[in-house]
Amino acid sequence: MTTDISETLASSPATPFTKQRQRTLWQDAMRRFSRNKLAMGGLIVALLLILTAIFADILAPYPYDKAVLSEARQFPSAKHWLGTDAIGRDLLSRIIYGARTSLLVGFLVQAVAFSIGIPLGSIAGLRGGKFDFVVLRAVEIMTAFPSLLFALFIMSVLGTGLFNVILAISVTSWVPVCRLTRAQLLTLREKEFVAAARAVGAREMHILVRHILPNALPPLIIMLTLGIPTAIFAEAGLSFLGVGINDPLPSWGKMVGSSAAYLRVYWHLGLFPTFMIAITTLSFTFVGDGLRDALDPTLNM
Amino acid sequence: MTRYIIGRLASLVFVFFAVSIVTFLLMHAVPGGPFDETKMPLPPEAKANILHKYGLDRPLWEQYTRYMWRAFHFDFGISYQSPTESVTDLIRRVWPPTIQLGAATITLAYAMGLIFGILAAIRQNSWLDYTVTFLATLGITVPNFVIATWLVLLFAVRLRWLPTGGWEEPKNVIMPMLAYALGPMAMVARYTRVSMLEALRADYVRTARAKGLTEKAVIFRHVLKNALIPLITVMGPEIPNLLTGSIFIESIFRIPGLGSFFVTSIWKRDYPLIMALMLLVAGLWGFTYLLSDILYTIIDPRVRLTEKQSL
Repeated sequence: MTTDISETLASSPATPFTKQRQRTLWQDAMRRFSRNKLAMGGLIVALLLILTAIFADILAPYPYDKAVLSEARQFPSAKHWLGTDAIGRDLLSRIIYGARTSLLVGFLVQAVAFSIGIPLGSIAGLRGGKFDFVVLRAVEIMTAFPSLLFALFIMSVLGTGLFNVILAISVTSWVPVCRLTRAQLLTLREKEFVAAARAVGAREMHILVRHILPNALPPLIIMLTLGIPTAIFAEAGLSFLGVGINDPLPSWGKMVGSSAAYLRVYWHLGLFPTFMIAITTLSFTFVGDGLRDALDPTLNM
Repeated sequence: MTRYIIGRLASLVFVFFAVSIVTFLLMHAVPGGPFDETKMPLPPEAKANILHKYGLDRPLWEQYTRYMWRAFHFDFGISYQSPTESVTDLIRRVWPPTIQLGAATITLAYAMGLIFGILAAIRQNSWLDYTVTFLATLGITVPNFVIATWLVLLFAVRLRWLPTGGWEEPKNVIMPMLAYALGPMAMVARYTRVSMLEALRADYVRTARAKGLTEKAVIFRHVLKNALIPLITVMGPEIPNLLTGSIFIESIFRIPGLGSFFVTSIWKRDYPLIMALMLLVAGLWGFTYLLSDILYTIIDPRVRLTEKQSL
């Protein structure tokens, strides 16, 4: 357990090495991450996608909702690089704006999941007792309940639309965050470095903020990154079933769902959006996997 | 052991009831009922009559207890969507295609996943290992309706080897099975690989090698035996998912199965069917969960079961 002792020394305010030692942990991780080709590739693609989403207005050749019925269902051409959809909207423009929808859902769902999951999980882990019991049972029920069905229920209560989709997916996505936070706190609480900090007379709040939370952070960061593709996946699924994003807002999942009937002829309507969904979910997953390898080399997944 | 099982059972019964209550409250919280006259206005007396017939005019708790009491006698009521048959008959009619597809998928996914996982672990860091790892990530991350669309584009549209969908001939099973199996196959392969790698480094494997056993004997007798145990807990809970079907796969390949009813029952406020489907899912889930827990202790005596380990 030499690492635990060195970490205690590193983060305890009594030693002069504090800042330097803490930085090297993250620098080490950075170095490991940048050597991982798959993770770096994923990071570049993910950044490109984020830029696409931000600058969709500049990048898209046409407005996403401009329908020209006389140009409906055209195959890719010089005028419409990826062709047009069933009511004559430019597919490339809709795919570019679709990145905005997907990433917005991905990031906002994670934001909600973490702002519910972390406080709930930490209080349950630290307090224990009745609160812990109630949270645990809630987590158990939510795990037994298929998350897609839960989202469907919520959608049928709220109606379709972008923010309702975010809400419906968030309702179940805090559960794994809460579980992980609680489990992390339970293990870390018993570690030697916490006992050592307590022995030198550190206050509970100080121990929590300076010793426990920094150590609980790496797995949570990994979960955050891997949760983004999961949320994007969920949005695409709901929209595929026709109960997600409302027209005319573009969503890749919706494009795939509505293309299924014409796939035999109009292959481009199915191919391009599915390609984007795959690229997006994969790139974020590679980043998450890379982070896991970088932050926790002992895991060896 | 017995005490542990009783504890788990109690907790499962609790979850089962909680799921049923949550479902019941959720579906009644959804605005609009099954007999809203948006399309054909009814005189108030007739509507009251219908509501009375289905017991929807009673207080909620009474509806719930009545429903659960009947459900325990295997009477799940009549689906509002198809009033000519009982929910039991409806499920009996539409579940077989889903079960057939699910069984085929489970077989393919587990068999291929094991083989790929084992091969990847034995040849760690080879091109085979990298390919399997990449495909596993693809299978876990990419939604199955994306894979399904690609399969249709390739095999049905481009090569014209297979029909685009339907459920009449044996050929129809191939594409949905592939699209559906990739996800669980990837999970099995990934977990098998990791737990094989762990077992390969264990002391008892070094001992086995040191006493001069052939590589084959080491892998099959010592490594595999220990590596496959953790898979039970990982893959057990996947089975009920696969047996209740995927809405996406069934809608893309036009399979007349159970999957689509999860969506339509919620959307059409088909209360009896929603409840029956949720009880089915929760029941199957609890059953496999318990079964895999028990199997685990029987196979691996090193595991001591306590309440704390369950979460």
